[in-house]
Amino acid sequence: MRKISLDKLNLLFSEIASKNSLYMPVDTEAGAKFEKYNGTQTLSDAVNTVRSAKDFFFPQTENLVDFKVEGKNIEIIEPVNEYEDFVVFGVRACDVKSFEILDRVFLAEPVDTFYKNRREHGIIISMACNKPSETCFCGTFGIDASSPAGDIVCYKTDDALYLEAKTEKGSALLDSLNGVTEDSDSEAARAQQEVIKERLAKLPLSGLSAEAFGADKTKEFFDAPEWNTLSESCLGCGTCTFVCPTCQCYDIKDFNTGREVKRFRCWDSCMYSDFTKMAHGNPRLSQLERFRQRFMHKLVYYPTNNEGIFGCVGCGRCMAKCPINMNIVKVMKKLGGNK
Amino acid sequence: MQVNEYKPLIVAFCCNWCSYAGADLAGNNRLNYPAEVKIIRVPCSCRVNPMFILRAFQRGADGVILCGCHPGDCHYTSGNYFTRRRMALLFSMLDFLGIERERTRVEWVSAAEGAKFAATMNDFVEKVVALGENKRLEDLRCKK
Amino acid sequence: MQEIKREVLVAKASELLGNGTVDRVIGWKNGEFDYDVTPAVFTSAEELEKEFVWNDFCGANFSKYLIKETGKSEGKVMVFLKPCDTYSFNQLLTEHRFDREKVYVVGVPCNGMLDDSKVRACSEGIASVSEENGKVAVETLYDGKLTFERNDMLAERCINCKSKKHTAYDELLGEDGEVLDSARFDEVEKLEKMTPDERFAFWQNELSRCIRCNACRNICPACSCEKCVFDNPDSGVENKAVADSFEEKMFHIIRAFHVAGRCTDCGECSRVCPQNIPLHLLNRKFIKDINEFYGEYQAGAEAGSRAPIVDYTTEDIEPSEAVERGGDNA
Repeated sequence: MRKISLDKLNLLFSEIASKNSLYMPVDTEAGAKFEKYNGTQTLSDAVNTVRSAKDFFFPQTENLVDFKVEGKNIEIIEPVNEYEDFVVFGVRACDVKSFEILDRVFLAEPVDTFYKNRREHGIIISMACNKPSETCFCGTFGIDASSPAGDIVCYKTDDALYLEAKTEKGSALLDSLNGVTEDSDSEAARAQQEVIKERLAKLPLSGLSAEAFGADKTKEFFDAPEWNTLSESCLGCGTCTFVCPTCQCYDIKDFNTGREVKRFRCWDSCMYSDFTKMAHGNPRLSQLERFRQRFMHKLVYYPTNNEGIFGCVGCGRCMAKCPINMNIVKVMKKLGGNK
Repeated sequence: MQVNEYKPLIVAFCCNWCSYAGADLAGNNRLNYPAEVKIIRVPCSCRVNPMFILRAFQRGADGVILCGCHPGDCHYTSGNYFTRRRMALLFSMLDFLGIERERTRVEWVSAAEGAKFAATMNDFVEKVVALGENKRLEDLRCKK
Repeated sequence: MQEIKREVLVAKASELLGNGTVDRVIGWKNGEFDYDVTPAVFTSAEELEKEFVWNDFCGANFSKYLIKETGKSEGKVMVFLKPCDTYSFNQLLTEHRFDREKVYVVGVPCNGMLDDSKVRACSEGIASVSEENGKVAVETLYDGKLTFERNDMLAERCINCKSKKHTAYDELLGEDGEVLDSARFDEVEKLEKMTPDERFAFWQNELSRCIRCNACRNICPACSCEKCVFDNPDSGVENKAVADSFEEKMFHIIRAFHVAGRCTDCGECSRVCPQNIPLHLLNRKFIKDINEFYGEYQAGAEAGSRAPIVDYTTEDIEPSEAVERGGDNA
């Protein structure tokens, strides 16, 4: 395990940034946000960024291909995607887990090459959560915020940051930082983990259980009358889906610039009226159906297709940002409690 | 002599009854106005919805001018009065967002005012050229 | 703290449900914490007793829900409306969006609502939020009890509250207030005094955060179109892609324009924005301009009023003069 004192953090960041692009959470007037390190920012202490870290691998919009028509010729222009290694610092346990959930979608056949490229070039430095928020419930899905996954894991104590490599990629990067870090035993980090564990156990949502949900439970929940009351105040906006680290639906559209057609994909939201719109129209006409789709996907459909793994990581972003404060916790309590 | 290479793209929405005829008259009278002005004929100036104007900027316009019948002379009695209110509010909003105010204009040109049409276009183009390319309401996807 | 007590609201709603005046009540339902209140429909006194909540976080404006709710059945719906909500209520009536006869409005006085995002931004791990001696007391998981001035935690729209007067109601709980002389245009004026470059930089920074979640549109009581132009794939606009900074600008300009003259300045757009974009400033700019160009007009002050943007006089200001009036030449 390596160690660096907190007042020297900028040395660490500069060192990483000298070789790779470095992104880390910084505080802004609109909450914490991942920004490219430019030598001046300081690391945010916020538990979560407003937008999740999925943006790094699955950006909100991305150009897929351009078509240029001249006379009878159509020229197809593929975007040049030469990615360089980049480092994302300060990713929380929930967001790290979300990458695994996205991997199962995008890296399954047929492999999404755009996503795969970014995944291969991204190095994740995760950070244990010293002060989990009241909206955190990652424990419900078996995530331990005191011991996140990632290429390198960090533990922050009052005076120092401890770094531990978990993968080969991580070791290579950590070794390259030996100039600024010093060797250390793991005692302080382990003690910090214990503190976090105690805090996690005391969180208001620590008792939340997802047991009632899971693979092949479609029949039990699909026609539950509770969807009615749960969805009645839903506005049908896309806030929950756009701040969610695991929502992975996208739409592919063409934009006519007048000279060429740009085919791009952008995040979609099952809350929107044009989601999965087909020639005959939209299969989910009411907000109830759209609302149900989102939560059934996270709690039932995804586990059904993925060996029981839930499609939610309990980051609490939807709880914090929903305009009308309806969220997956309320859904789980209402539906799960009655079953 | 070095000639200024910059050629702006100007979109002029002209109402069918007055301003478009005014443009015709300018042509018939052999009055010069810059070829960069592209005229789009609309049934009435109040057909122009704010989105048309923004859309023109998106697709590469450097200036957008809207011409209609003089207030009181609208072919449909009151269309241009509504145009006047809408555009007053829209232009004020664009200004509020920091978009250069010389890029947008409303001018009333009757069918008899060929000379005014040409003069207006000359003046407008000159102002837009002074501003240079539209950078604040551009859509990078539409750039060459 | 709200002057009127929860019990009074519950009693009134239960009474109206009990005597058959209404068969549904739109109110606020408690959540997991003290601050995550959700709009909900109540149908029985028991439900109200158990789940109805009335506190400093009951900011949601129910007017728009009436469109959907009144369409569900023949029975009457009871709705609690705060003074600012009644403006939206009137505006929706002006636009014939629901049947007035199917609604029973109970006006509730409001002492200003807190902004949960402000409270959350300055306290890590909130265990509870309460009121102590006029201050907001937040019990936290890690830092003990924190207290804040109530004014610092107020929602932006409440800091510049425009009216404590209910403009529509069937019944009023508590005392009605007055239309206030608010400073709501100060921020707009501040921007107008900047140079165009500064204004552009300001909005570029604010609007670049937009994630196109459409929350501002979907919460807006003035945005009640059956089909929004931005949801029409044939309109050529992107309704969800952060495709280029232009699309976000266009969305917000056009949205503000579409509600100009109809926006009551209820402030819901800024309340719900997950990226804290001060969207109300765009709407207030239009309101301010309308007031200056065409005379004072407050949308929703009365049902059935004619908005200046669908009206005209022969002496109106020219667009060129309109632009000269605001901005750095003011």
